[in-house]
Amino acid sequence: MSAPARVRLTYREALREAIRQALIADERVFLMGEDVGAYGGCFGVSKGLLEEFGEQRIRDTPLSESAFVGAGIGAAMGGMRPIVEVMTVNFCLLALDQIMNNAATIMHMSGGQFPIPLVIRMTTGAGRQVAAQHSHSLEGWLAHIPGLKLLAPASLADARGMLAPALADPNPVLIFEHGGLYNLEGELDADPGAVDIEHAAIVRPGVEVTLIAYGGTVRVAIAAAEELAGAGVQAEVIDLRVLRPLDDRTLLESVSRTHRAVVVDEGWRSGSLAAEISARIMERAFFELDAPVQRVCSAEVPMPYARQLEQAALPQPETVAAAARRALGIDG
Amino acid sequence: MSAAGRLAEADGRHLLHQMLRVRRFEERCVELYSATKIRGFLHLYIGEEAVAAGTMEAIGPKDTVVSTYREHGHALLRGVSAASIMAEMYGRVEGCSRGRGGSMHLFDAGTRFYGGNAIVGGGLPLAIGLALADKLRGLNRLTACFFGDGAVAEGEFHETMNLAALWQLPVLFLCENNLYAMGTELARHESQTDLALKASSYQMTAWSVDGMDVLSVREAARRAASEVRDGGRPCFLDLRTYRFRAHSMYDPELYRSKAEVERWRSHDPIPALTAQLQDAGLIDDAGVQQIERSVADEIDQAIAFAEAGTPEPVADLERFVYADAGKDAAR
Repeated sequence: MSAPARVRLTYREALREAIRQALIADERVFLMGEDVGAYGGCFGVSKGLLEEFGEQRIRDTPLSESAFVGAGIGAAMGGMRPIVEVMTVNFCLLALDQIMNNAATIMHMSGGQFPIPLVIRMTTGAGRQVAAQHSHSLEGWLAHIPGLKLLAPASLADARGMLAPALADPNPVLIFEHGGLYNLEGELDADPGAVDIEHAAIVRPGVEVTLIAYGGTVRVAIAAAEELAGAGVQAEVIDLRVLRPLDDRTLLESVSRTHRAVVVDEGWRSGSLAAEISARIMERAFFELDAPVQRVCSAEVPMPYARQLEQAALPQPETVAAAARRALGIDG
Repeated sequence: MSAAGRLAEADGRHLLHQMLRVRRFEERCVELYSATKIRGFLHLYIGEEAVAAGTMEAIGPKDTVVSTYREHGHALLRGVSAASIMAEMYGRVEGCSRGRGGSMHLFDAGTRFYGGNAIVGGGLPLAIGLALADKLRGLNRLTACFFGDGAVAEGEFHETMNLAALWQLPVLFLCENNLYAMGTELARHESQTDLALKASSYQMTAWSVDGMDVLSVREAARRAASEVRDGGRPCFLDLRTYRFRAHSMYDPELYRSKAEVERWRSHDPIPALTAQLQDAGLIDDAGVQQIERSVADEIDQAIAFAEAGTPEPVADLERFVYADAGKDAAR
């Protein structure tokens, strides 16, 4: 048997190919959002799709987040499988009424009559010096809401593979694409199989401390693990992948082996996903812990523009490694 | 057309029956609320029945309805059974939303009734989405979207109007203009109080209708519905009506005078239609009584059904938060 063909591509191209294949596979699928068509997507994800699939299926919308997210919900209830692109997570606040009060509640409020098979994609995260209205990581806010599923593809495989199962899911699924990952490049199978959208993944095995990260902070955690390895510490890195519902089992099993955890979260510390994960570990693996759970989050400031300030506000490999050393009782 | 001609054509008895179903149902709801059988918010439609009765005549079974939190009348006249609505208000499994929605969130897939939305303006984007799905699927049906004058101040109203007209979506926008956004009078919340004019600025046909006259409402709704169906584009009706009762059971009505309410009560659509039917010789007192009895029977049965209903088990509290593929979703 010959090895499967491999292709070299970017995170952006992997996302695009996932959308392309979804459009080919199911005529109910369509893409709508601001500048997804003629412009090719604010971040270039949907470039070329308008030419290939036409205006009915690649729909440029006015700057009306609430109306087009709500229209996505309605279209999903009406038998379609919409992919709605919201330019950034900060802009999704303009559609939060629809996301929270309709997408997340109608299934329950209707006593199970109306599932909402909708996918909403949005860019998240900082690192590109686009300041305090385009850079935040609000996944934790949205992960607060029952009725939603949240995915954070941090790898090429997930960028390529998460969309199909998200579209097959009868629930509203939010996919967070970290803005710093679009140019990530690597190799994938030309025809990769499905990925699951239920489990966290151990992306680097280790035995002494578990570094838990998602989206843009996975590479930060891996860099920290590499730094720690240089000092003889074997850190395990978990990519959460799914932010709601959280895969407690993978987290707890890992912590039960390593007895120490550091949660790396680009969101603000107060009321963060990191806080939730830390609480779950404390509640369910307290007696496995050899040290308090450490958190490395963004500084509690609106994201500043200047590069040195922005970088200082974000989790860095050094700060993650330092937190791991604290958990290990090693002086930094 | 003469009044008698319009009435004969209109099947006035049917319209009277429909309006009375809503009126009497809600009057009983008030009693049941006082008796603490119904809890939470209860927003009454009393006074506005001509709007639901008239518009529903133009909406077919394949069409879609999106509604507000003042939706008992819409649901009833859409064909959701009085029994399942009452059971919902009782919080029973047999309720049209299994007791998870209550008065403000009636849903019924069987009659394509997409809810009771209690965020003012929140249903409008859903309506264009449902209409977009129909358009993309090549289904020739319309989505009727009810909302009040209060919604007109919401950003979602403007976003939705623009998108509906821009994409030529088959939506019938039915603005139940009862002159108050909760307790704030139209002229105190809108810089432009001509709501049809406002809607027409989005390049859609829009006009105002006497919402206290069921025949006018029906004629307008039929004309607007054909505009939507045949023209494949949205249409807007400003249905001028009035709420006789308080906004909800908690409202002391400090914002309007009793004289104003009395003035509007003199335009009550139910006695008005009854008088027209009687003048035209289409119904007599016995005929009215017959309708009243049939309505009372329906409501008695609905209440008995709700009383006998099953409380949803607390063990099922977290059910329906997520849909499992192939499970729960289909009903």
